[in-house]
Amino acid sequence: MDRALAADGSVGHPRVVASRRFADERGVLLGLAVVALVFGALIGPQFFSAGNLELMARQTVIVCVAALGMTMVVVSGGIDLSVGSVVALSTVVTAVVLRHDGTSAGAAAAALAAIAAGALCGVVNGALVTQLRVVPFIVTLGTMLLVRGAAKGLSEERRLEAPATWLNDLLRTTHGGSGLIAPSGIWITAALAVAVAFTLQYTVFGRHLFAIGSSERTARLCGVRITRTKIAVYAIAGALAAIAGLMAFSKLSVGDPTVANGLELDVIAAVIIGGGSLLGGKGSVVGTIAGAAIMAIIQIGCSQQGLPNWVQQIVTGTIIVFAVALDRWRSR
Amino acid sequence: MAEAVGAPLFEMCAVGKAFGATVALDAVDFAVASGEVCALVGQNGAGKSTLMAILAGALAPDRGRMRLGGDAYAPRDPLDARRAGVAMIYQELSLAPHLSVMENVLLGVEPVRRGLVQRDRMREIARRALSELGHADIPPDAVVGDLAPAAQQLVEIARALAVGCRVLVLDEPTSSLGHADVRALFDLIRRLRARGLAIVYISHFIEEVMTIADRFVVLRDGRNAGGGAVEGASAGAIVSLMVGRGLDDLYRRGARTAGDVVVTVEDVMPGSAPLELRRGEVVGIAGLLGAGRTRLLRTMFGLEPVARGRITVGVYSAPAAPHERWRQGMGMLSEDRAGEGLAAGLSIADNMTLSKLSPLGPACMVLPSKQEAAARGWVDRLGIRCSHPFQKVRELSGGNQQKVAVARMLYHDVDVLVLDEPTRGIDVASKAQIYKLIDQLVCGDGDPERVALHPAHGGQPFKGRKAVHVGQPFRARRKAVHVGRPFQGRRKAVLLVSSYLPELLGVCDRIAVMSRGRLGPARPVEEWTEHSLLMEASGTRAS
Repeated sequence: MDRALAADGSVGHPRVVASRRFADERGVLLGLAVVALVFGALIGPQFFSAGNLELMARQTVIVCVAALGMTMVVVSGGIDLSVGSVVALSTVVTAVVLRHDGTSAGAAAAALAAIAAGALCGVVNGALVTQLRVVPFIVTLGTMLLVRGAAKGLSEERRLEAPATWLNDLLRTTHGGSGLIAPSGIWITAALAVAVAFTLQYTVFGRHLFAIGSSERTARLCGVRITRTKIAVYAIAGALAAIAGLMAFSKLSVGDPTVANGLELDVIAAVIIGGGSLLGGKGSVVGTIAGAAIMAIIQIGCSQQGLPNWVQQIVTGTIIVFAVALDRWRSR
Repeated sequence: MAEAVGAPLFEMCAVGKAFGATVALDAVDFAVASGEVCALVGQNGAGKSTLMAILAGALAPDRGRMRLGGDAYAPRDPLDARRAGVAMIYQELSLAPHLSVMENVLLGVEPVRRGLVQRDRMREIARRALSELGHADIPPDAVVGDLAPAAQQLVEIARALAVGCRVLVLDEPTSSLGHADVRALFDLIRRLRARGLAIVYISHFIEEVMTIADRFVVLRDGRNAGGGAVEGASAGAIVSLMVGRGLDDLYRRGARTAGDVVVTVEDVMPGSAPLELRRGEVVGIAGLLGAGRTRLLRTMFGLEPVARGRITVGVYSAPAAPHERWRQGMGMLSEDRAGEGLAAGLSIADNMTLSKLSPLGPACMVLPSKQEAAARGWVDRLGIRCSHPFQKVRELSGGNQQKVAVARMLYHDVDVLVLDEPTRGIDVASKAQIYKLIDQLVCGDGDPERVALHPAHGGQPFKGRKAVHVGQPFRARRKAVHVGRPFQGRRKAVLLVSSYLPELLGVCDRIAVMSRGRLGPARPVEEWTEHSLLMEASGTRAS
């Protein structure tokens, strides 16, 4: 997604440009509204009750956080298939550290260790992509297995029980009162979303990502430092996947090396439904969050409607294909 | 000659086409006869592309009628047009680079027996088609991506002939060819004409039109602006029809005085004379395609590794990456506008400011308002036609795109401009503007206005430029020191690579010729003629 243009040429004010920016996300936001209304009509007003909305938010938070990183990677013209494995590694690292020290300080150390591990995975991805000049799909396909293996090795292929700390409360429901309105994990996700959106639109780093994704050769000609920018974006994506892993740990309260298998596909789907292009240069946080929300509504709506899992998969698959087709059609 | 050929093979009468409120074509007449080369000329935006798209079946006209060989011609789509015998050779070749020559020639019309492709027959047909073109030397089994641009173009022409075309449309066919290849192409066109093909030749190069065409048709603002037999017409007259005014000051030359040496290139290419570039002068590099000119520029700019020799830019002599070259005050314009020069999917403002985003906001932020203001200044100054600085570059015409690429270097305020084929494929008016701009830059005039319009600095001239000493250890580099600008004074230095000799002779102060990877000494422009440049470039020493 690029900054929207004003066809009348009258614009001289950034706010007008900003409001036009949502023109790019209009499609996915409309889709979100349609999906919500359909399930609202099927299930009734209780579908939009506070408790149900919170349930949906808690359901989608893992995909959302990982998809924030994926949005940046996709904007830069790359892809990261290793996010599911990084989520699993993150839960395992958290559990390992917690088993040493089960206090709240230990939990903080565990979270930092998990995020560092995720960022390290990202640095490896970025370094391999830039130094070996292998396409990101292949590199991250490899690291997907590699990181999954590392997680299994680290946990000796077991689920690691860990003492309960504040990490387990990240996604604990606040329905019925704790004064927070929503679980802290959801607030963290919202803050991360704002930070990533800001980074993409209003920082040198973000504009460089769009430039690399749009035309890497042009970016190089213009003095954009491709290698460090790419390593940075994969590192950030890895760190965000690790934070998604913390959310997963909070739900599971164990370190599980087999968790989040195939999560990368949900994450990529959210970005794509949200208007990201695998060719690079396009993608936005608003779109990605809306994309993740669409998938969550379908998932929860189908199960509450008593529809079997296969219906849900068919609906989601159809939406992915049509979202991209619609996007192509609109951009013509 | 044109009248002698007889009734036209293809004819369009009063054809009109509008896109919304924009009238692209307004009652245009056009005709071409068998055994005739008719040139279609006009500036970018004159309606040539629309007319071609209609001819090729990609667009349907709103009004008017077309006839081909006496029958009404209304192709539903490009395939339909091709079947009717109208073939287009576009500027950007449309070949499948991974397939072989024969597979490309017979793409879509492969000889099939019992569901299997007959490779032997394919090879035979392709070989025959190529030898008819006088190029039996192109092996039918070669992979197209490995061939030189000129050979690829021949493959495309062979494909047109293989499906039996009667009308051949060539769109800027020489834009990626060197001199010898252009001559070979012209010989080929003449042979095809003798075989009775009707050839439509679209070009910006008036000299080419004068050489190859029998007749010319000028479009201006979507209307017929004139035409006639090439014999008896002058280049100046044709250009006047295109631009609606004379060609008097296409090449402007102010009072130029060479100043300090700002760039030296020594021994980078084996057997080459050293190259010095001074402030206040334009140095040109002539040569055939593939002579190594582009590689030299790319090496200078750090886009390709320096294998040997020494390149000095200002006070810096260590090899430098592109981002360091920008900081040292050097900017480069790529010959490949669509693939490298510009990110087509990004906005004008993003493209223009990409090399220096940091002044556009506090810390590492980029504020759209500042970015827009910076871009708007240059959009206005260079007359870039767009609806808004955040319009996507993809939506601009070729000439306007090139101005965006040039504006990047002006926005960055570089001292050395390295220009690789800056006027390739752009219209005459934009060319004239770029020549004028180059002249202003080296003469140093127009500067007060520029500083006033320099929005990134709030109208303030630079106080000092953050510069790094390249080649120092990383730690020292991190402590970027404020030094003065690497060069003193205002006048710029321009290094210009061009395949268009009149342009080099018109714009440059000194010209060096590159031939087979060797760069000759740069001699004053007065000592060169088109003839001597060409002799030198093709390796035939005049002396």
